[in-house]
Amino acid sequence: MSDATSQKIPVTVLTGYLGAGKTTLLNRILSENHGKKYAVIVNEFGEIGIDNDLIIGADEEVFEMNNGCICCTVRGDLVRIMDGLMKRKGKFDAIIVETTGLADPAPVAQTFFVDEDVQKNARLDAVVTVADAKWLSDRLKDAPEAKNQIAFADVIVLNKTDLVNKGELAEVEARIRGINPYAKLHRTERCAVALADVLDRGAFDLDRILDIEPAFLEADDHDHDHDHHHHHSHDHHHHDHGLKHYHDEEMQSLSLKTDKPLDPNVFMPWLQNLVQVEGGKILRSKGILAFHDDDDRYVFQGVHMMLEGNHQRKWKEGEPRESRLVFIGRELPEEAIRKGFESCIVS
Amino acid sequence: MKEFTPAPESASIVSVTDRVKPVTLGMAVTSVHFLKDRAAFVGGEENVAFVDANCEITTVAVHSGGILSTVSDGKRLVMGGDDGKVVSLDAKGEVTLLATDPKRRWIDAVALHADGAFAWSAGKTATVKSGKAEEKLIDVPSTVGGLAFAPKGLRLAIAHYNGVTLWFPNMAGSAEFLPWAGSHHAVTFSPDNKFLVTAMHEPALHGWRLADNRHMRMTGYPGRVRSMSWSAGGKGLATSGADTVIIWPFGSKDGPMGKEPAMLAPLQARVSAVACHPKNDILAAGYSDGTVLMVRLEDGAEILVRRNGTPPVAAIGWNAKGTLLAFADENGDGGLLEL
Repeated sequence: MSDATSQKIPVTVLTGYLGAGKTTLLNRILSENHGKKYAVIVNEFGEIGIDNDLIIGADEEVFEMNNGCICCTVRGDLVRIMDGLMKRKGKFDAIIVETTGLADPAPVAQTFFVDEDVQKNARLDAVVTVADAKWLSDRLKDAPEAKNQIAFADVIVLNKTDLVNKGELAEVEARIRGINPYAKLHRTERCAVALADVLDRGAFDLDRILDIEPAFLEADDHDHDHDHHHHHSHDHHHHDHGLKHYHDEEMQSLSLKTDKPLDPNVFMPWLQNLVQVEGGKILRSKGILAFHDDDDRYVFQGVHMMLEGNHQRKWKEGEPRESRLVFIGRELPEEAIRKGFESCIVS
Repeated sequence: MKEFTPAPESASIVSVTDRVKPVTLGMAVTSVHFLKDRAAFVGGEENVAFVDANCEITTVAVHSGGILSTVSDGKRLVMGGDDGKVVSLDAKGEVTLLATDPKRRWIDAVALHADGAFAWSAGKTATVKSGKAEEKLIDVPSTVGGLAFAPKGLRLAIAHYNGVTLWFPNMAGSAEFLPWAGSHHAVTFSPDNKFLVTAMHEPALHGWRLADNRHMRMTGYPGRVRSMSWSAGGKGLATSGADTVIIWPFGSKDGPMGKEPAMLAPLQARVSAVACHPKNDILAAGYSDGTVLMVRLEDGAEILVRRNGTPPVAAIGWNAKGTLLAFADENGDGGLLEL
């Protein structure tokens, strides 16, 4: 992490559908003995008991930017609050933004990329979504907001696992993974999660976009009592104990990979154009790229139409020069994206 | 002004840096105003520091938290804080509590009228207090970005998302809405009461000619405009936000419509604060690299007041007679220049 990045105040966005346990997690973060001071931006100001010195009521005002891009929205109230908070620099170490249960995380995230002054002082650390193990499956069917929050998440705290049985838990996890296989998932009761798992994640830090393998393929420490045979069963009704795979009709992730070098002169315009045209559908994107005649890894990440990217470091000796891209979004035009990506490969 | 004597053909810029009395405030500063003969530097939180001609510093506690908004009429400061309070500070250093938000919400904006009336906003509500009359409230559709009183009559401009609401607090049902898409922050009337200008969230100003509400778009800035100052007589509006001081012409009945702004004092740094001289066609500009220049509007001639190499200049201001210039950077290192 560069010095400039590390001096910026980290901002954690806490989302989750109504009743999932956001306030419980927030209070857990604040009450733990970590010696850090947080500025907390909440919506339901004064209605919930949060014990913190610096607590600011927000109005969740979503403003469109005057740049002709309809999905480019920011939280106007957050711009104002960040301005005010910067007058009290040094009085807190990090910021937590709690959104309402019905909020779309995108405008919050975009505020940290669009606004020059906000960007100068703060950096988005991660979007943490609290999900209710008992009710999430239902909400994914009837509440588009809940789906958005899962799709957008870097970290998912699957809470209230004590209220469901093993089969139900496997079911809800499979539904989450059908939408977002890349977020870190933690199963909790009463949001009992290690703070290191939700704070200081650097999920938007280009230097830390190291691993974009789907998280559920990794060895999962929390999973000792589970069957590790990945059946890759596509049978939605067969209740075995393996990992079921759900395909969400609306929200999916798309992963692209090649071990052949990409032509930057084709790839860059293609990616720019893709997010311009399909940016409304693409919630998150990330990539590690190997360009033709280039000894440096290139990394990028994006939120809707907004992209940021940079050369990260030299490819290591013996490190496979692979390019990997991930898109999470709504009704992604998979075939067109795959074709476009293929055309960027140097033949 | 006879002190302003840049050598016309000289290769190097005229400098008065050796005449500046240094001021070290030891606190983050956001603005500076003169109350009688003393400069009042407003801190980012809690305090205002008075600095007299001998550079004696007297600190006064005004808020128990961040100071979010400040306005001055030369007689007193009115400030809004994140402690939910509106307070005033007079030239003697006396602090008066003017109002407290019942829910202790942030006081985002304040305005002061020539007759002593004042206004403040918290969230979507703007409140006016005029003399002994009761407080009057108005709710606008979104959070207030800025407030300003018109130079004539008791009329308040309230900037918010997608436009400005103009309101006569003493006339029920008088609110008039001037729409323009986008988020509007600071707002200011031209001294002749003919134009209204807002600084937008995006790097642009927007203006209305009040006679017919005709729009005036003022764009092209690389950064957000955070500082605006009317020139003596109100013929020009000087602004920060670019690597030159941008001055929009408001001398004719059409304002800046169809005209190019003057672009003075270019540097390899962005203008962060501007203050026009109260009597002469001169302005002072502070830059993101710490430079302070005095600039003659007529021909752009410059005098160096402070060299670069510090944090951005956050505060700059003249006394009412135009004989003293005060400035400070974000860290509270500044100076006083007597002309």
